[in-house]
Amino acid sequence: MKRNNLILYGALLVFGLLAPFLFPAFKLQISFMWILVILALTWDVQGGQMGYNTFGNILFFGIGMYICASTQIGLFFPLEEWTASGGEKTFLHTPSQYFLGLSAGLVLAGIVPVVVAALIGYGILGLRGHYFAICTLGLGIAAGELAGGIEIIGAGQGMTAPPWPKGIGDTEFRSEFFYFLTFITMLATFTFLRWAYQRRFGLVLNAIRDNEDKAEAMGIHTMRYKILGWMVSAFFVGIAGGLVGNMVGYIEPTEIAFAGATYGVFMILMAILGGKGTLWGPVIGAMVFHIFKEGFWTFFLGWQYVALGVLIVVIVIFFPEGIMGWLREKFPERFGEVVDEADRKAQVVLK
Amino acid sequence: MASILRVDKVSKYFGGVKANQDVSLSVGTGSIVGLIGPNGSGKTTLFNSIVGTHPIDRGAIEFDGREISTLPVPAVAKLGLLRTFQQTRIFGKVNCIQNMLISSNPTKENLITIFSKVPEELTEKAENLLKFVGLHQKRKLLAGDLSFGQQKLLELAMALMNEPKMLLLDEPTAGINPTLINGIIDRLITVNKEFGITLLVIEHNMRVIMNLAQEIYCLAHGEMLASGTPEEIKNDQRVLDAYLGAG
Ligand SMILES: Nc1ncnc2c1ncn2[C@@H]1O[C@H](COP(=O)(O)OP(=O)(O)OP(=O)(O)O)[C@@H](O)[C@H]1O
Ligand SMILES: [Mg+2]
Repeated sequence: MKRNNLILYGALLVFGLLAPFLFPAFKLQISFMWILVILALTWDVQGGQMGYNTFGNILFFGIGMYICASTQIGLFFPLEEWTASGGEKTFLHTPSQYFLGLSAGLVLAGIVPVVVAALIGYGILGLRGHYFAICTLGLGIAAGELAGGIEIIGAGQGMTAPPWPKGIGDTEFRSEFFYFLTFITMLATFTFLRWAYQRRFGLVLNAIRDNEDKAEAMGIHTMRYKILGWMVSAFFVGIAGGLVGNMVGYIEPTEIAFAGATYGVFMILMAILGGKGTLWGPVIGAMVFHIFKEGFWTFFLGWQYVALGVLIVVIVIFFPEGIMGWLREKFPERFGEVVDEADRKAQVVLK
Repeated sequence: MASILRVDKVSKYFGGVKANQDVSLSVGTGSIVGLIGPNGSGKTTLFNSIVGTHPIDRGAIEFDGREISTLPVPAVAKLGLLRTFQQTRIFGKVNCIQNMLISSNPTKENLITIFSKVPEELTEKAENLLKFVGLHQKRKLLAGDLSFGQQKLLELAMALMNEPKMLLLDEPTAGINPTLINGIIDRLITVNKEFGITLLVIEHNMRVIMNLAQEIYCLAHGEMLASGTPEEIKNDQRVLDAYLGAG
């Protein structure tokens, strides 16, 4: 590992561990920043590394959110009654029920989206280019509509996630608890992807991005890699969804769970801002994006989406390759690959 | 001589265009066979039909004793039948070494092989093969930054990295600096003799193909016009007519 990498890892780790105590007022904000990092990182598996512009990863986010909350409730109480009557007033989780439910819920919030990705992957990942993009766009929208029609999860009214159990610390403790859950999930996502990109998996994703037909002609069953990649994304996005449902406390089909217009678009913007197809790009992009966005919300109230729009235009025009792409071009010795000019100019000779 | 590839009365139509019409050929194990024909005569289409890029309309294709005409592209490649492309196809945004590593295909693709590290010795093998095609000094360049001719050489090296039994080469010398052509002929003979890879080569450069092939097939208007030794083809009136546009 390069030395400046080590410093970067250390700084991030220290910041992540100390942040809730250094900036207690921003705990929730920073938790959401880690969620955004997860969304950007996992979008980049398809959009950056593999060159498949997906608008559909929000599907796994919403599924994870609903599955997690439904498990947390359904394990101990009748889900139907909970959603029909604002059940959090009638039913109370004991602390052990709460944490058992949350653990089971988060596990399923990872697994169920993985199964969904595996089931629909074969059909959808067979599409290419714009067809793939449009089809995945439809996925998120359709899922939101569907969820809005299912009574047991509250239909269009939405449902509440179980409130924090009485007797286990105050709301500060609750925020710290969810802060560390998001931080750990983000670290796990990052570490897993970093590991996987150094394997054959990473090489082949790039091959698919650069020329899928050639990859197939070389004997690679590209579909396996595409589906597997989507399953990996679905797993972490699903868990992120489960966490967000609990942090917000209220789940609604189109604005929160299958929120294509916000999270669904943000994940793409963040990866592009940071530099898609790189490991650090989505991380940096999500952090910068979140800080800007929160700033806009505070300073340009009412104009925040205009400011965000301007930011997007600036990104696309001035940093088409994102922050990482820009860094690589500006400081190739540090961030990119330096190719010897002699190598570049060398003539090919055959004997 | 036993044949490793047998194409039997294969037809492929694109709407009204009869790109291949009842085409038959056979390639002996260990040989070098040429495939020539004027532009648009259906040579590349035949390659596409053989490796499964598109379904064929009629006929049979046998490779290494197996019917392959309904297999998908990766499955055919896994059997050891690889092709290179007339318009080069490489992985442009990664460097030449990585292009090579991607091309060394594990026979099995399961969770274990997908998530295992690329073995160290493959890098050495990749470097040796890049040396073999004269690209060693350019190994750290992005493949997309290579010239067309250099990409052709890289494609050849990538194919060799895969250790196929047979290679279908679509115009391996097109776009290549003429001073390198003798070197390529020489390399292809080494590939055939020493690596033991059977070759079927599409080529417009007559000097190349006459030097290389033991047997040549000539396509015209999607149909097999003639076949024979280089000597016979050179003197075949139908072939001469086809190339002069009279056929
Ligand atoms: N995918 C396709 N769709 C429609 N027509 C096609 C397709 N591929 C090839 N053709 C047509 O089939 C015919 C044979 O084309 P092919 O590319 O096989 O010729 P070729 O012998 O390789 O020519 P060249 O020497 O120029 O490479 C041409 O008329 C071509 O236009
Ligand atoms: Mg051709």
